[in-house]
Amino acid sequence: MYDMYRELILDHAKNPRNHGLLDPADIDFEGHNPLCGDRLHLTLRVDENNRITEVGWDGEGCAISQASASLLGEEVIGKTLDEVKSINKEQIFEMLGIPLSMNRIKCALLSLKVLKVGAYGLAEWQQQEADEEEE
Amino acid sequence: MTDLTLTYDLEAVRADFPILSEKHHDDVPLIYLDNAASSQKPLKVIEAIDTYYRTYNANVHRGVHKLSEQATKAYEDARIKIRRFINAGSKREIIFTRGTTEGINLVAQTWGRVNLGVGDVVLSTVMEHHSNIVPWQILAAEKGFTIKYIPILEDGTLDMGAYAALLRDNSVKLVVVVHVSNVLGTVNPVAEMIQQAHAAGALALVDGAQSIPHMPVDVKALDVDFFAFSGHKMIGPTGIGILYGKREHLEAMPPWMGGGDMIETVRLEGSTWNELPYKFEAGTPIIAGAIGLGYAVDYLSELGMDKIHAHEQTITAYALERLSEVPGLKLYGPDAAQKGAVAAFSFEGIHPHDLAQILDSGGIAVRAGHHCAMPLHTHLGIPATTRASFYLYNTTQEVDALIEGLYKSKKTFAL
Repeated sequence: MYDMYRELILDHAKNPRNHGLLDPADIDFEGHNPLCGDRLHLTLRVDENNRITEVGWDGEGCAISQASASLLGEEVIGKTLDEVKSINKEQIFEMLGIPLSMNRIKCALLSLKVLKVGAYGLAEWQQQEADEEEE
Repeated sequence: MTDLTLTYDLEAVRADFPILSEKHHDDVPLIYLDNAASSQKPLKVIEAIDTYYRTYNANVHRGVHKLSEQATKAYEDARIKIRRFINAGSKREIIFTRGTTEGINLVAQTWGRVNLGVGDVVLSTVMEHHSNIVPWQILAAEKGFTIKYIPILEDGTLDMGAYAALLRDNSVKLVVVVHVSNVLGTVNPVAEMIQQAHAAGALALVDGAQSIPHMPVDVKALDVDFFAFSGHKMIGPTGIGILYGKREHLEAMPPWMGGGDMIETVRLEGSTWNELPYKFEAGTPIIAGAIGLGYAVDYLSELGMDKIHAHEQTITAYALERLSEVPGLKLYGPDAAQKGAVAAFSFEGIHPHDLAQILDSGGIAVRAGHHCAMPLHTHLGIPATTRASFYLYNTTQEVDALIEGLYKSKKTFAL
């Protein structure tokens, strides 16, 4: 049962990496998970090649949503915005490495949603969701 | 009378519906011919609702506990089953409502409120159910647009020439039409009508309450903008229905009812809306109803909508033939080839209410009245009709019993 709270998740949730907002930032976006009230505010700095140099974020929510933000932040530093575009839901699930029940998927994906909407706009995220939806 | 060729095991189907083996009165079996009002439910649907309440009753989309997970999954699985059943492009286009009426009101109060105003026209038809007239009248009184009605020809079909002429007026923004009339049984050429509406720059809303229980419906092939229907007429529970809408329209529409589950964030100075379809599903939804409807759709799909449709056409053709032989009986609507499983008629010398009462004493349940289509009855020049409507479990023997009942009524009234 406590797979969901394995060491990695608890470590990232308790000691979030890249915590704290960047000011100024090149990308700045805040999103919410309406079901449980998780909140994530993400800021990014990119260099002249659109490569992400710094990540800073702030938010509150469950261990899953916070750990996901922390893990994703680490993952994207050094990648270009183009490269980040290809990160999908499956990769987030893999990163977390835990089984997620239906109602927790939204918690896990808040970080990805905020990143994608912030970097590419809502339409892009909706398109990605539509592409990934089997139904 | 030899039974007509059936396309599935009718006795097995009848055995799936517990109510059909109940006695209607003390020693009279039930002959249920009021399916256009509401259909009976198979055991599978009844048990699905029972199982939800007994074993995993919980709210959806909220809890992280196992029961809520299970309820959420069952509720969302139902949405997926319905998406497949009508061939919608995405489950996000499937909105749970209380029924057809609520679906139409939702479109009126969201899409209509934003897009209709002075100088605009909503095109409806004379054969609409009140649920596809009154919501538009309420909105028209506030917004100042006009409602025009496509007339009906002598044979009970829509005047397509008049429709084309009405569309030539560039102010038509929306065409609202019933797929199958609940009185005349007319199957309207909605695919053609939708195409013409689109060519004229209008959207189309189809009331599918009387079509989807009885025939295959493909919303993509129809290219329909909005399609509303009810669960209880398609062997599902009451209190649950579906509004299908094209995603592009639903995304652009404001929400209707506000509350829980339909928000993304709420602040005291304002709120933002949840994504589709939840934007339109405020409050705790009809969970058991949705799950039950999912099982109803399973049942219909397993049996095959083509077969159900073929069976009903056989029954309806037989009923129309037998009814037309009864002296003093006048049938309304087109002939069997263009008709759903409905036979509405008047009977010389006996008011429909009296007729329905006498038939009921013989175990036969039919409907009498204006069937929520007063403008149509005004057009026909009669206050009411008697309506027998058929479904997947009805038999030709039941039609025979109806005919006998009619002769018995004649005798009672000494006609």
